[in-house]
Amino acid sequence: MNALAVEPFNVPHISYGKLSPLLIVFGVALVGVLVEAYAPRERRYLIQSVLATLGLVAALAAVVVVAAQASANNDGSSLGTIEAEGAIAVDGPSLFIWGTVLIFSIMSMLLFAERRLEGGITAFAGQAAALPGTEAEREAALRGIEHTEVFPLAMFAIGGMLLFPAANDLLTMFVALEVLSLPLYLLCGLARRRRLISQEAALKYFLLGAFSSAFFLYGIALVYGYAGSFELAEIDTAVSSTTGASGLLLTGMALLAVGLLFKVSAAPFHAWTPDVYQGAPTAVTAFMAACTKVAAFGALLRVFYVGLGGARWDWEPLMWLVAALTMAIGSIIAITQTDIKRMLAYSSIAHAGFLITGFIGAQQGLSIAGEEISSLQAVLFYLVAYGFTTIGAFAVVTVVRDAGGETTHLSRWAGLGKEAPLVAGVFAFFLLAFAGIPLTSGFTGKWAVFTSAWSGGAWPLVVVAVLMSVVAAFFYVRVIVVMFFSDPVGDGPTVAVPSALTTVAITVGAAMTLLLGVVPQPVFDLARHAGEFIR
Amino acid sequence: MSVTPFLVLSAVLFGVGAVGVLVRRNAIVVFMCVELMLNACNLAFITFARQHGNLDGQIAAFFVMVVAAAEVVVGLAIIMTIFRTRRSASVDDASLLKY
Repeated sequence: MNALAVEPFNVPHISYGKLSPLLIVFGVALVGVLVEAYAPRERRYLIQSVLATLGLVAALAAVVVVAAQASANNDGSSLGTIEAEGAIAVDGPSLFIWGTVLIFSIMSMLLFAERRLEGGITAFAGQAAALPGTEAEREAALRGIEHTEVFPLAMFAIGGMLLFPAANDLLTMFVALEVLSLPLYLLCGLARRRRLISQEAALKYFLLGAFSSAFFLYGIALVYGYAGSFELAEIDTAVSSTTGASGLLLTGMALLAVGLLFKVSAAPFHAWTPDVYQGAPTAVTAFMAACTKVAAFGALLRVFYVGLGGARWDWEPLMWLVAALTMAIGSIIAITQTDIKRMLAYSSIAHAGFLITGFIGAQQGLSIAGEEISSLQAVLFYLVAYGFTTIGAFAVVTVVRDAGGETTHLSRWAGLGKEAPLVAGVFAFFLLAFAGIPLTSGFTGKWAVFTSAWSGGAWPLVVVAVLMSVVAAFFYVRVIVVMFFSDPVGDGPTVAVPSALTTVAITVGAAMTLLLGVVPQPVFDLARHAGEFIR
Repeated sequence: MSVTPFLVLSAVLFGVGAVGVLVRRNAIVVFMCVELMLNACNLAFITFARQHGNLDGQIAAFFVMVVAAAEVVVGLAIIMTIFRTRRSASVDDASLLKY
């Protein structure tokens, strides 16, 4: 056995410029905490919302600058470099995912900052510590107290989401996973209305999330035991240099997959998704559904392509099973749902299945001809398409209301088409995009992942995926039928007029859904330009 | 000295934690079981660090301790809130969201 080697200490080299998007987001989050401590209560909302949005815009600008520099220095192979002593890979896919997450986060911040729908107050609990239905809660509501902590919390979560897919070693990835998850657990429990189910969602998400990250961590420990390093490149070397399967590697790989598949809400680790999506404040649900999925898929792809690519014959059968199961469960159980948010949650599970189908296609960029797209690029495009539609759809859910706040039961949406043709029309458009009807982004995205999976040899899975798309189309169309061809029950739904914030989010979501359906080429080019993961 | 006993102990601790999460009802106890799983991971990290003769695993253990501490803060806050609302910390009682 070796003695622990003592090496001379070298000052780590960190290029702050390339990591500036991350640093800006974490910096703004910390400033947000200070604002919470020192700014007077009545000014906090304005300061926090403007600060968060500007911070995200600045981070997005930084991503564009870094990406421009990286493509200027491109030597023809993979874009970008590995920074921070091997901890963070600032490569093409990372930059693409950073840009995507930041754009979705800006849209989510608009929903977070919406105040007109609740009558001049945000949709978050006035005082999370005050018990529901007590004098303290009534007083907090009367005095118009609101939790502006949601903005710094969301910023920390976004910081974690940027770090998660870019992490080039498993330890960084675990820390990023926790940095993105912990604020989300809290955000889920902060709804102003229906606080019991919101708190319950937070509890369920927390316990299951902590459980799954423990599995992820044990997976890291076992893979470390196998490879002797956390770095993905060295794990790849160790995996590729030995023939035959090792129990340590197989178990570690499976446990890593549990943690990552939990985050992307793939079956059989999807059980939390409907409960949490339904119970969380709708703005938070939109944020989680779009941004977490993008970040988690980025991390999943990086671990399995870069670190464990050499063992793909071992993990592929498992992933086939997971993909088929996820699509089936998401599409079939969604049919029986009567709650819009819950139905969208199952739809999100089904989409995770379609994304994993694309991920299995696994034809790498180096081995394909010019105009074809690799499976990584197909998945990236699908994530962009799916995120815009999801945020738009959940934003529409926030404006359909009755006296008790948002009304999410499907029966209450009956006759919405007569009451508010525009809102119902936009929602129907989002649903058609989820179903993958041509001329929407959903169709282009599905086409991209299915063709890439098909040419990767996963044709049985593509057949399952197409079948499940048909099943899924059934329940999307059912909602459209309820909205347009049913008579309203009782008073029927009312559509509150939101402020410009939510309107902008819905408009951008709808416009991008249409645009990516009609002219997807620019985003495909961007994804192709992003290239493959750096090793 | 062989590292195997430590790995077996770590696996046993992890298993005890995982089973505990699945069978216990009290949210605090469930949470303690998750912490046990994290500490089992720490033991595995340190054992493998010894086996490979590098420091990575030991560093990881420190990171995990910090993360576990942060998780306790968030977790206890959520469990406290739900306990004050419902006067119960049983995970079976929190069942408004289903199907």
